[in-house]
Amino acid sequence: MELLLASAIGVLTAGGIYLVLRLRSFPVILGVSLLSYAVNLFLFASGRLVVNMPPILSDDAAGYTDPLPQALVLTAIVISFGMSAVVVMLALGAYLSSRTDEIDIDDPDPIPEAEPGAVE
Amino acid sequence: MTHWIIAPIVLPAVMAAIIVMSMRHHVLLQRIFSIAGLTAVIAIAAGLAVQASTGVIEVYDLGNWPAPFGIVLVLDRLSAMMVLLTAVLALVVTVYAAGTDWDRRGNHFHALMQFQVMGIMGAFLTGDVFNLFVFFEVLLIASYGLMIHAGGTRRLRAGLQYVVFNLLGSTLFLFALGTIYATTGTLNMADLAVRVSEIPQSDIALIRVGAVLLLTVFAIKAALLPLHFWLPETYAEAPAPVTALFAIMTKVGAYAILRVFTLIFGPDLPDIADVVEPLLLGAALITITIGMIGVLGSNRLGRLAAFAVIGSMGTVFIGMSSFTPETTTATLYYILHSTLSTALLFLTVDMVRERRMGSSDGYASLPAFRQQGLIAALFFAAAIAMAGMPPLSGFVGKLLILKSVWPLPGAGLIWAVILVTSLIAIVGFAQGGSAVFWKTKAPEESAEPADAPAEAAPEPAQGLAFTAAFSLLAGIILLTVFAGPVTSYLSATTGQLYQRQGYVDAVLTGPERVGGDAGYGAKGHGDADDGHGETDTHATEEGH
Repeated sequence: MELLLASAIGVLTAGGIYLVLRLRSFPVILGVSLLSYAVNLFLFASGRLVVNMPPILSDDAAGYTDPLPQALVLTAIVISFGMSAVVVMLALGAYLSSRTDEIDIDDPDPIPEAEPGAVE
Repeated sequence: MTHWIIAPIVLPAVMAAIIVMSMRHHVLLQRIFSIAGLTAVIAIAAGLAVQASTGVIEVYDLGNWPAPFGIVLVLDRLSAMMVLLTAVLALVVTVYAAGTDWDRRGNHFHALMQFQVMGIMGAFLTGDVFNLFVFFEVLLIASYGLMIHAGGTRRLRAGLQYVVFNLLGSTLFLFALGTIYATTGTLNMADLAVRVSEIPQSDIALIRVGAVLLLTVFAIKAALLPLHFWLPETYAEAPAPVTALFAIMTKVGAYAILRVFTLIFGPDLPDIADVVEPLLLGAALITITIGMIGVLGSNRLGRLAAFAVIGSMGTVFIGMSSFTPETTTATLYYILHSTLSTALLFLTVDMVRERRMGSSDGYASLPAFRQQGLIAALFFAAAIAMAGMPPLSGFVGKLLILKSVWPLPGAGLIWAVILVTSLIAIVGFAQGGSAVFWKTKAPEESAEPADAPAEAAPEPAQGLAFTAAFSLLAGIILLTVFAGPVTSYLSATTGQLYQRQGYVDAVLTGPERVGGDAGYGAKGHGDADDGHGETDTHATEEGH
């Protein structure tokens, strides 16, 4: 099980990093999402993998799993969900107003360009 | 245990909700509530600072859960100082935004501003690393909204870069926290300090990975090279009042590094300090160099100011990297100075932009604009402060840093870099200032259309805007005049910072820990901590 989880985290991270390095905003957002899935699994695993154990106190429990990472993962999921919504809205706004979804910004638009000779 | 500690977090949160819910369409009411709220936060922050200056570390248990199990807020001298600084800066920025009508150019400026203040305050006050992550997200999500305030194509695209960069930073933060939790089994800073100091040799490598990951995350926030890519475009494109508030955001990163690498991974842990200190120093030297060269190479005032921020963060980290009490005192002074002068610089740049129609802050010769002399004077003062020339506080700050690194190895290199880059910055500022303020065309020479909008431009109550800018300048001057008392307060702060045991004791075995509470909590934790309970001796249990 450890191998399975570790390789899942690894594959997700690798895919995420590859996508984040793309030049268009849509793959970049997908990459960020993949990375956040990877980190959720990672956080979950930080409490050690235990099968069939309750996270809260009970009288007939043989052992316990660590409840804290579960709470952390929950927080992280909520936050990354909100962040994804924000970044999608922002990417859409940028796309609709500039008609291109490239991440790179071309160098300064004509207005701030100094007149020749103005700069020493 | 007083409840005042949480007020700087709760008050802006409540205020933001009120502003969004009930005065969404009424800008005047928003301004009044926003400014009144921030004034109240300043009063509270000043009270907290007075309380903290007695040297007592106040701990606030959220939900009354005792320390390693619940989240705590901790008020010591450092966090009190940063909270006060944030409150003052936020008020000045809000007044400026109201004075220049920036808050009318998009929706929800004041609400987002309050949320941003809430996040920054929380980041300064929390005593739990995961909670630090949550407050980072709060301040970031508010800053995403503020960054694209008033819209515009370039601003949206720069905003997208900013958001993606910071999302990656957040992911890295979670990886770091996961590593640290897996190794130590706790996320409370004081508890971490105890556990990291007694970590078995076999886990050193893991915890070092966690430490360096955390350093990377905070370095992204602080725009330390090579993680600064988000900053120049963001700061050059964001609305000016927002950028002025962002002056404190890079300092949040600096604060987090200072807090975590004195308290948890303190300089007395050679295994980690030996990795972190050279990394930090090297990055800082490159940062200051690139920042100041960027100042010289800019062709627009906005970019000049953005690179000046990078340069000043380099100076901060040169001071921080050696983690001795003297250098840290100097660094804290420089942080105060750099926050105020960065904000002043951005407000001045915005005044130029506003008067030169649109965002044309390039080094072109355009007709002189209204109040040019006054604004040129402000720019001159800000440039002197940022470059570190006498008589303003930048000079005192750099002098303190130079003096404090003198006994350390490598001082020659640090001196050379700081002095040479200061010279480069002076030349850069002089070039920018003279191109914008001196090389003006006479108005009659200029083409007709350039003149017409100047008349048509709305004239908001500029008095408020100038009040804001001059109060920042007054802050810088006060910081210079009272450098003596300020440094003695700061050296007491540093003393407290390097006295880790005091912090740990206050959090884990504070006076308010009554027996019953801690006993119950410790039992619950012991049960839940089966996975990695090697170090299950708790300070809490020793407490009674």
